[in-house]
Amino acid sequence: MQCPYLVQLKGICKSFPGVRALNNVDFDLKPGEVHVLIGENGAGKSTLMKILSGNYMQDSGEIILGGKAVTMDSPKKAEESGISIIHQEFNLVPQLTVEQNIFLGHEPRCKMKLFPNRAVSRSDAGKLLERVGLDVGLDERVEDLGVAQKQLVELAKALSLDARVLIMDEPTAALSSREIESLFGIIRQLTGEGVGIIYISHRLGEVHEIGDRVTVLRDGQGVGTMNVADVVLDELVRMMVGRDLSEMFVRSRVPAESGRKIVLKAERLCVDGLLDDISLEVREGEIVGLAGLVGSGRTEFAKAVFGVLPVSDGHIELFGERVTRSNPRNLIRMGVGLVPEDRKDEGIIQILSVQENITMASLGRLFPSGIVKSSIERRTTQKYVDMLRIMTDSLGKQVCFLSGGNQQKVVVGKWLCSELRLIIFDEPTRGVDVGAKAEIHRIMDDLVRQGVSILMISSDLPEVLGMSDRIYVVRSGRTVREFARDEASQEEIIRHAMGGESCAS
Amino acid sequence: MTKRHLEGEAVRAGGFASPRTFSSIMSRMAGLLGLFVLLALSSPAFLRSQNLINVLRQASLLTILSCGMTLVILTGGIDLSVGAVATLSSCMTANLFRVGQPGSSVLLGVATALLVGALCGLVNGLMVAKVKLPPFIATFGMMQVARGCSLLLIGGNIIYGFRRDFRFLGAGVIGGIPVPIMIAAAVVGVIWFISRKTVFGRSVYATGANKRAAMLSGVHVDRALVQVYVLNGVIAAFTGLLYVARLNAAEPGFGDQLQLQAIAATVMGGAAMTGGRGDVTGTAVGALIMMMIINGMNLNGISSLWQQALTGAIIICAVLAENLSQRRK
Repeated sequence: MQCPYLVQLKGICKSFPGVRALNNVDFDLKPGEVHVLIGENGAGKSTLMKILSGNYMQDSGEIILGGKAVTMDSPKKAEESGISIIHQEFNLVPQLTVEQNIFLGHEPRCKMKLFPNRAVSRSDAGKLLERVGLDVGLDERVEDLGVAQKQLVELAKALSLDARVLIMDEPTAALSSREIESLFGIIRQLTGEGVGIIYISHRLGEVHEIGDRVTVLRDGQGVGTMNVADVVLDELVRMMVGRDLSEMFVRSRVPAESGRKIVLKAERLCVDGLLDDISLEVREGEIVGLAGLVGSGRTEFAKAVFGVLPVSDGHIELFGERVTRSNPRNLIRMGVGLVPEDRKDEGIIQILSVQENITMASLGRLFPSGIVKSSIERRTTQKYVDMLRIMTDSLGKQVCFLSGGNQQKVVVGKWLCSELRLIIFDEPTRGVDVGAKAEIHRIMDDLVRQGVSILMISSDLPEVLGMSDRIYVVRSGRTVREFARDEASQEEIIRHAMGGESCAS
Repeated sequence: MTKRHLEGEAVRAGGFASPRTFSSIMSRMAGLLGLFVLLALSSPAFLRSQNLINVLRQASLLTILSCGMTLVILTGGIDLSVGAVATLSSCMTANLFRVGQPGSSVLLGVATALLVGALCGLVNGLMVAKVKLPPFIATFGMMQVARGCSLLLIGGNIIYGFRRDFRFLGAGVIGGIPVPIMIAAAVVGVIWFISRKTVFGRSVYATGANKRAAMLSGVHVDRALVQVYVLNGVIAAFTGLLYVARLNAAEPGFGDQLQLQAIAATVMGGAAMTGGRGDVTGTAVGALIMMMIINGMNLNGISSLWQQALTGAIIICAVLAENLSQRRK
């Protein structure tokens, strides 16, 4: 008798010290469907997938593959059972070639099993690349590829293992809209071949575009599983957070006055090979949005302002003064902070505590004598933990144990603590769940009302439109258009970002 | 409820970065205690106060040297030159100022040694922070240079016969307690304070844990690195002086193995070679454990031929056990 399900998870429970991560969760996957898994950060999505892929063992509950209960005690076992996971952070070896990466750990061997069978691996790799629609040389090194291409290499690697079940963790987080389109095409092709796909996403818009069924997790429990055709977006949001979509953007508008002081002024700013004429202004108490495609130079601009990338031509003025000695220390002293795009490597220090992270940038101001006073440090940190509603069970908890949204709040807390006048947010809500997203927006709104200025880089157009007072569009390292808030629309921004017909890269 | 409770715990853990560091140090103390009981059972001589003081005395110099090494390892670096720097600075002092001769100035001699240590550390620090050489390479080079200089300076000779007040530093006793033990206790206290209670110490941890994020948070990463290597050089020179004072002799080569012992004690003390994780109090316990093991082997009549191999095996097992328990979480 054929079992209608590829995978069934029944009554899965998992606890970590102090946290109940999953409580009696059911989940299943049929051949040829895309089952979307959504929920806030910390809702238990990754934990559930780590159990399915053999990285964690469940405390109780069953994993049933094709009708048979199995013990999934190692990632190897999951691989052999045809389950592959594509992580948000890729598991590729940058120095190796595309072909080597695809077959890493399971290279086709000659009969004697001693030497790799190059002929077989070459032709197989070629077929796999064709299947995922990736047009690069087999001998290209992975480090030379773009993000979207790397993703496809991951996909080819998963397929080389004969995956019947493919878990994709936020596959579109770093892709441009065109790349997303082609990824969706490949997903549809795979499901046509009978592969089942578990699709984790924070982008609710994608649920309808790609999903067949959707399961919502909240606080480690399954809230419900539905056919995508039967649900509307607002309902999903309510299920995730118990809150309405209309509460997402809380921007309170202050009538714009033209007399406000200019805080940041970039004039014809160039960085060799990356930026080529960026000119913009940010005024006091304003949120300025910086829109554009991934790779258009938005992040590079932020880094140039913050003194991480060397400016080759043009100049930057901050608070009316021309910046000469540009390095992060100096800029922080002047009152500028950067919430970087790459939160894990540049924003937080994972193995240090919440407290140490929050006071990191203001130690000199808090403790001019050079001696850290624990009571002051604790009181200061507690203030920001409360203000930002950072969910942590102690101030001494290592930041790597917090959810993505809370980690981002820690980064924001670090800058609030150092009393800045201009904060650059690079993708402030990427990889952050809906609830935390609304809170980060609320915080940004509070900040500008207190007179802080914000430059916000974002790929999330509703966010750009909802939050910004003015919007600049960047294309190929140039500012191509400035919009006042009420002249901008998603279509207009996209048109300028893409440059009409030709997509500039 | 639980929230309040956990917060209380974090407060009790005091200066430690996280409750986890605290528990890791507690587990190390438990290991020390276990070893203590084991040795006491295996040999009645172990518990004699003279023997215990002896162990402490032997551990004291290693502890001092390892305190500096801990700071370096906390930044994610390593310093292979400390043994050679200890030798060079003390030989230079012995040679130039004839600390052994009546009428020479102990103070000037000590100051010279510390200065030489600081200079070596400065060069190390600049090579690591500014020239961006890997610490392993930079300090390996420094080790060879310092060794060579020691040989050039006094050749194969041994300088001995130092002034009594100088020797007091290494061999003196106050109220039944050897002076080096007191110095070691003081050094651990001072370095603990510096690493846990100062802005500089925080920079050290941050640099080792994530250099890039630290830099982007305005931490003066380069300066912290240079300062750490300078401090480590000074500590190495100071340790060298204590060795000379204790042995009443200076010869090129007495410090050849010291850097490896210091690294071992630091790692035994729970510091991660990747940086950002560890604590000097743990290092002190690590040094003590190493010396107790050696002492226990001596008391039980294990041949010195076996001792090195056994010590090495024990170090590997101890670190392995630590890693396994960390992974289990």
